Parts: sequence; structure tokens; C-alpha cells
Amino acid sequence: MAEGMKLHFEVNGDDFTRAGETSSKVKKTLSQLGFNPEVIRKVAIAMYEGEINMVIHAEGGDIDVEILPERITVVMKDVGPGIPDLDMAMQEGFSTADHSVRELGFGAGMGLPNMKKYSDSMDIDTKIGVGTTVTLGFVAQG
Amino acid sequence: METYWHSVTLDKNLCKGCTNCLKHCPTQAIRVQKGKAKILKERCIDCGECIRVCPYHAKKAVADSLDMLKEFKYSIALVAPAFYGQFSKTENIDVILSALLDLGFDDVFEVARGAQAVTAKTKELLASGELLKPAISSACPAVLRLIAIKFPNLIANIIPLKSPMEVSAEQARREAVCKMGLKPEEIGVFFISPCAAKATFVKGNYTVKKSEVDGVIPIKDICIKMSRSVNKIADENIRELRNAGKSGVIWATSGGEAETTNAEKVIAVDEIHNVIKLFEDIEDGKLDDIDYVEALACPGGCVGGPLTAENSFSARSKIQRICKYIDDDMLDLDEKINMFWDESIVYRPIMNLDPDINVAMQKMMEIERLFEGFPKLDCGSCGSPSCRALAEDIVRGYAKETDCIFKLREKVSALAHDMIELENLNMHLAKSDETEEK
Repeated sequence: MAEGMKLHFEVNGDDFTRAGETSSKVKKTLSQLGFNPEVIRKVAIAMYEGEINMVIHAEGGDIDVEILPERITVVMKDVGPGIPDLDMAMQEGFSTADHSVRELGFGAGMGLPNMKKYSDSMDIDTKIGVGTTVTLGFVAQG
Repeated sequence: METYWHSVTLDKNLCKGCTNCLKHCPTQAIRVQKGKAKILKERCIDCGECIRVCPYHAKKAVADSLDMLKEFKYSIALVAPAFYGQFSKTENIDVILSALLDLGFDDVFEVARGAQAVTAKTKELLASGELLKPAISSACPAVLRLIAIKFPNLIANIIPLKSPMEVSAEQARREAVCKMGLKPEEIGVFFISPCAAKATFVKGNYTVKKSEVDGVIPIKDICIKMSRSVNKIADENIRELRNAGKSGVIWATSGGEAETTNAEKVIAVDEIHNVIKLFEDIEDGKLDDIDYVEALACPGGCVGGPLTAENSFSARSKIQRICKYIDDDMLDLDEKINMFWDESIVYRPIMNLDPDINVAMQKMMEIERLFEGFPKLDCGSCGSPSCRALAEDIVRGYAKETDCIFKLREKVSALAHDMIELENLNMHLAKSDETEEK
């Protein structure tokens, strides 16, 4: 089995306009590698939601992507405030984003639900005051 | 897969090998090799950006000429609405169409009529609620090509309706058959075009089994021939030829088509780089609430087409003034005309590095390694549009590392250094030989 490809990105925490840059780069890479367009779309949407979350709630963070022919794994790690009630956060429409964020059209409470919807596996490791790591898995073949 | 025929081509004698088109091409379809630009056919979408930016007019659109009219018993000029914005001295559509007949056409047909029919069908489809949101207009041929090579996930969003040009051509031919009693093949239908990609679509029969258009003649070629007659036409020669309404004519300018759909949430985007940015957002699921997207490759819409004569802002202003004086009557097309595509658009994964994902990943890592060594100035001197594109070209086998002038300089300097070292060593050895001899 060939070695997987690893990509690392830093997400800038104070710039909304740049959120989406990482998912855009990953999208381009996956498309050049010849992944199925539907898989690429799922990765792009889920990653974009994750990026926005990192900007809104955690002042940025790090994203590591591991690409294997049969599986894509995205690890999004921040040192933000952590998620107090994960069950609530997973509900569609629930948001703790403040007014100024909503004015910009974000914070609709669809972030985590969409990440779950578009990924094949999602694991959240969160600790109050320490940070959150979301690991998204995507099945690439079949 | 059929071979790619392209309307956009290069005149090598005029090309200076500069980087204007190289840097501007939205699909990175141009390389400069041996001092001349080269179009990578499978990547070109015929948007005409290179025609627009080339200071030496080396980029051209291959299209047809008026000589082709002789091949048919009866010829019809199929007039794009953008044509009405090309004449500084008249806003009268009847004057423009009458002057067009003087060039040798037997009849004229307004594509604006076809546009009205497409609008009516689009409204019907939007109301049915069966379209995938956001629904994307199929009117711009360069945008359809763009989707086919870069946005496979958006193919399902395109409203699969034929272009106003296609349905107009079919209607024009049907009417002429009835009126003149001729066979369909004895009638030549010629699109008077602002657009280079239309020629590609007509010759390549994209989305239709066989295009109803027999030839595509650039607006600018026609304008030169018509400029005098349109200003001097005698009143008795002005015929009442106009019958399309303003909701068809307004398609010539960006925003016009979207407005006529009456959809609640619409986006009208023009200029190909803007279209790409918007499509990225649609792909990322950011615009799922939008009903309708009008996407036009040319700045300002079809009035900004590379084959037009008048500057797009004047033309736009003219179209707006025309739309104030004409009413919005509509003549229906023949019910037998099928408004839908005969065949869908197929994804062409031209950006793939290799059919085998494992090999593609190795190539990708090699690209990353090469890219890290480049200056990242994206100067274009190597002949590739950016440092990253050069890294890709090297891995694909089209270029070499020393095509980068900075890499070349490093190498020359290292070689010079080695030579000096070698020369110093020789001198040193020679000296020690001398001392030994003594």
C-alpha cells in the first residue's frame, strides 16, 4: 500500500473572508488526484463548515488532512473555549454565535450538523477551556 | 471522446510571446513555448479572455464569413440582441435589421424571440419546484464548458434548456420552409455573434444532436460592412421587421436574463473569473437558498463579447434605452420545437494528474517539492502561468526546472562557481609542479 499524502494548514482566526481558503485548496488537490467529484464535494462542504467554526468560536487553529486512495481524514484542532453541551451543539439551528457574527450571515446553527451530514464518520474531542478537535472521515471508494 | 475544435486560435506571426494571455486565462490553458503562445485545447473554454487582453491582436476567433451565404438558396440572419447596441447613431431596431438585409440576407430573425421563449420555459420549470437549487442558466456556452471541466458537481444544477440561439434557428428555418416552400437544407441560418464560444458550440454540436445554425459571423465583421448603410438608409427602405419584446432584448446585458425570470432570489454574475468564484461558493453549499443563477463569461454580459464592435458600456446604455421604447409582446415558438437539450454535458476531468490515484499522489508530492524550490513570484517568464503551474507542467513532462529563470540563474552561478574552483585548483597544481621542478 502506498504512503498517504499529508497536508497541513493553519487557519487564521481573525479573518472571515479567508475562511474557506483551506477547503478550496483541498478541493483543488483532490480533484487533481482524480477523486470522485461527489466525495470532493462532501469534503469541501464539511471542511468549510469546520473552518468557519474555528474562526467564529476558537480564533483559528490547525487542520491536518491525510489522503489515502480509499479514505480521506480531516483533523481540525483548535485551542478555543471547548463545547459545553455537545448534544445541544449537534442540533440543527442551535448556535452560540453572537449577534455580530450572525449579521455576517454565519452562526445559523448548521455547522456541526452539516459536518456530520456530509462526512462518513465524525469524532469530537472537546474540553472546556482547552479546546476542540474534530476528526472527519470520508470513504473515497465504492 | 470527440476531438476538441476551438474557435479561439493564435496567429503565430503576431504573437510576441508576452505573458498577457498566459496570466489572464481562467483555466490556465495557455503556455508560452519557444517564444510563442500555445493553447492547450482540452483546457480552453473559448471564453475569449485572451482575445480581449492580447495587445498584439494575435488571438483570434475563427468564424464564418458572408461568402458562405452563396452556398444556400435562402439565407437568414439570426441576430443576437447584443447587435442592437453596436450602432452609435441609431436605436431603431427596424433600421438595423433593414440595413442587415442589404448585406445579402433574405430574411432576419431576432434571437430575442428565442430568449423570450427560453424565459417562459424557465419560469415554468422554476414554478414546478423540481429544479435543484440554485438552478444555473444554460445560456452562456463558455460557462457550460467551464462547468464541464471544473465543476462536475454543478452539472445537475444547470437548467437543461437549449440556448435562445438554437431554438431561434429552428423556428427561423421552420418559418422559412412554410413561407418559401423550400427544403430545410436549402436554407442557411447564420448567427450574428458577439461570442467566440458560440462558434465552438455550433461546430461541436454541444447539447444538441446537430446544431440548427449553419454559420457564425462575428458582429464586428458585420458592423464594418454596415456602418455606412445603417446611417444612410432611406425611409422607404426601412421595413417593419422587429417583433421581439424587451424581455428578450434585455438578455444582451448582464442581469437582464435573471430579471425576466421574476424569481425571488436571483444572482447575476458576469466576467469569467467572477463566475469561477461564485461557482466555488455554490459547490461549498453556501448558496443553496438561491433560486436562479445567471452566469455570463463576458464582462457586462453578451454586449461585452470578444466579437463585438462597440465598447460594452455604450452598448449596455443603448440596450437599456431601446428597452424603454419597445413593448413586451411575445410571439410563441412552434409547439413542435423541443426546448430541452438532446444530450447532457459530460464531466471532463482534464486536471487529473494520473488515472491511478497512487501515481497521482506521488506526482502531487513531487509538485509540492518542486513548488517549494521556486521563487513564487508567478512572473510567467518560464512560459507557465504560475510557479505552481510550472511545477505541475514539469511533473506532467511538459517543462523542465531550468525553464524558471531564477533556477537557471542559480544553476549558472553554481556552474561558474565550480569552474572558478576548478581553475583555482589547476593554478594551484601548476604552481606546485613548478616548485617541485625547481
